[in-house]
Amino acid sequence: MSAPSVELVKLSRAFGGVAALDGLDLTVEPGTLTCMLGPSGCGKTTALRIIAGLEHSDGGEVRVGGQDVARVPANKRDMGMVFQSYSLFPNLDARDNVAFGLRMRGWNAAKRRERAGELLELVGLSEHASKYTHQMSGGQQQRVALARALAVEPRVLLLDEPLSALDAVVRVQLREEIRSLQTRLGITTVFVTHDQEEALSVADQVAVMRAGRLEQCAAPAEVYANPATAFVAEFIGTMNRLPGTLSADGKTVEVAGRSLPVREPGSRSAGVVAVLIRPEAVRLVPAEDGSATVRQAGFRGPITRITAVLPDGTEVLSDVPSAAAADLGPGRRAELVLDDAPVMVV
Amino acid sequence: MTAVVSDPTGTQSPATRRPAAGRTRRRQPRIGRTILLLLFAAYFFVPLYAAVDFTLGGSRRNMGHTLSVWTGLVHQDGFTTNLMTSLKIAVGTVALLMILMVPTMAWLHLRLPHMRRIVEGICLLPMAIPAVVIANGILGAFKSWPQAITGSSWILILEYVILALPFTYRSLDAGLSAIPLATLVEAARSLGASWPTTLWRVVVPNIRTAIASAGILGAALALGEFTIAHLLLLNTFPVWTDQAGQQDGEVATTAAMLILFLSWLLLMLVSQFARGRTAKKPPKLRREK
Repeated sequence: MSAPSVELVKLSRAFGGVAALDGLDLTVEPGTLTCMLGPSGCGKTTALRIIAGLEHSDGGEVRVGGQDVARVPANKRDMGMVFQSYSLFPNLDARDNVAFGLRMRGWNAAKRRERAGELLELVGLSEHASKYTHQMSGGQQQRVALARALAVEPRVLLLDEPLSALDAVVRVQLREEIRSLQTRLGITTVFVTHDQEEALSVADQVAVMRAGRLEQCAAPAEVYANPATAFVAEFIGTMNRLPGTLSADGKTVEVAGRSLPVREPGSRSAGVVAVLIRPEAVRLVPAEDGSATVRQAGFRGPITRITAVLPDGTEVLSDVPSAAAADLGPGRRAELVLDDAPVMVV
Repeated sequence: MTAVVSDPTGTQSPATRRPAAGRTRRRQPRIGRTILLLLFAAYFFVPLYAAVDFTLGGSRRNMGHTLSVWTGLVHQDGFTTNLMTSLKIAVGTVALLMILMVPTMAWLHLRLPHMRRIVEGICLLPMAIPAVVIANGILGAFKSWPQAITGSSWILILEYVILALPFTYRSLDAGLSAIPLATLVEAARSLGASWPTTLWRVVVPNIRTAIASAGILGAALALGEFTIAHLLLLNTFPVWTDQAGQQDGEVATTAAMLILFLSWLLLMLVSQFARGRTAKKPPKLRREK
């Protein structure tokens, strides 16, 4: 099965004068999983619905395998979709739900039954084939929905926050299953989510969106380590915002008594700036005369996240190995040591 | 009849779940309630009983009851033809109602939700407009249609569809509001279903309780309507009953009872059918089938 690519070219869409998509460009390579990630209202769901043909665009193109699909109605696009809310047909049992798309494609009853059985096995629900919606848990329903979407061997799999209605344990479990199924079937997949952890853990590529535009599109590790914009930096993972002073040449910044190199020099004019630093790039060394005071220590297994306060009242988060956190209880003083890596200033 | 127009949205339930504050005052109203209930039951059933008794010859001959009027009904002049006419009109009314209203209501819910109030207003109009006005209005509106329709009892289908709009709207509206219509339709579309297929295989099966309720009320209306049929000088079962009554009261009453029991039977069948496979049914019962 050769999976097609999906390309969004200058896609735009407005609802009542408000732009939901504002010239979105995005390419999903064949057989890969791209997560569209962003806060609510950033246009990610609108983009997905336009790809599915459930919504029209005001401008731009959706190309699947290089072909513009603008004129193809939703029922001819051959895309499998899993929705955020439970979308199984209440009048059909799990097997008939999975077989629905096959029925639409004119498969005979025996073949439908067989194929639906295979798919239910794939999602681990063989024993629940004759259950109806109200007899299944949320996680089971979304599994059936996934099987239903996959049964027709769609060209593209579209997932619209499929896990957000589920509880935490099921959510993590099911996202791993989705990822392993997706890799195994080699199906081009677009996964919309507002949960950055979810996006980082399953995607080949994370497309961070904001206000209808793409902020950054890169591999999860890249988005985390080298955020293209301050928005991405603060949306993905946790960021400290420390006050600093940018040097006249804009290449270094003075922060917490240290001079650090600046990423993308020249993006800001000299003077007072905010410096973005990840908690794992901040070390706290216990010291009686240290400038920082520990306010809180949150144990998280291998690491402990320390909240410390600088003399000027700024809060700093620092992730330290739990083994080294013994001397960093609330009230203790410590010296702030920042990594020498280039930092982002805003 | 209101019991059949089920309320899947559950909007009525909060009213019945009143706080416990009234518990101390409960006992007294209960007695009053029972008396009221008995009064209403008497008001309802005494005439019915009297009518049935009358048709069985109970009042006439002091010689015991007999089914002769009932069995003789079939041989009455015009009974069969007029009953068939009324049944045909009922079937036609329900069919046309559903063909018109199910897609319209689904579309209204999906695409024009802001129009719902307006359409509801329009659909409720027949309740406020006198039968004479409706009868003549429809004649006028379909003036250009073939004489075969406007000049025959088929015109009554058009009349009754209009008359049935209020409760058809209400019933379908409640049914459609109770399901996640947009998601189900989109799921069906993305799985390759055309619009007609989506309507037939996804929307209709999931609102069939509402469709059944609307259909049965429409049928009951078509079977029992007298005024308009009489105004238009058309022969239907109720019109025939009225004419028969001028010669023989027993026959007329028997015919009226027959149509009443027919309607009841339909109502019961439908409520049974509707209760049979709703999604709210506990899992165990479904398993045993």
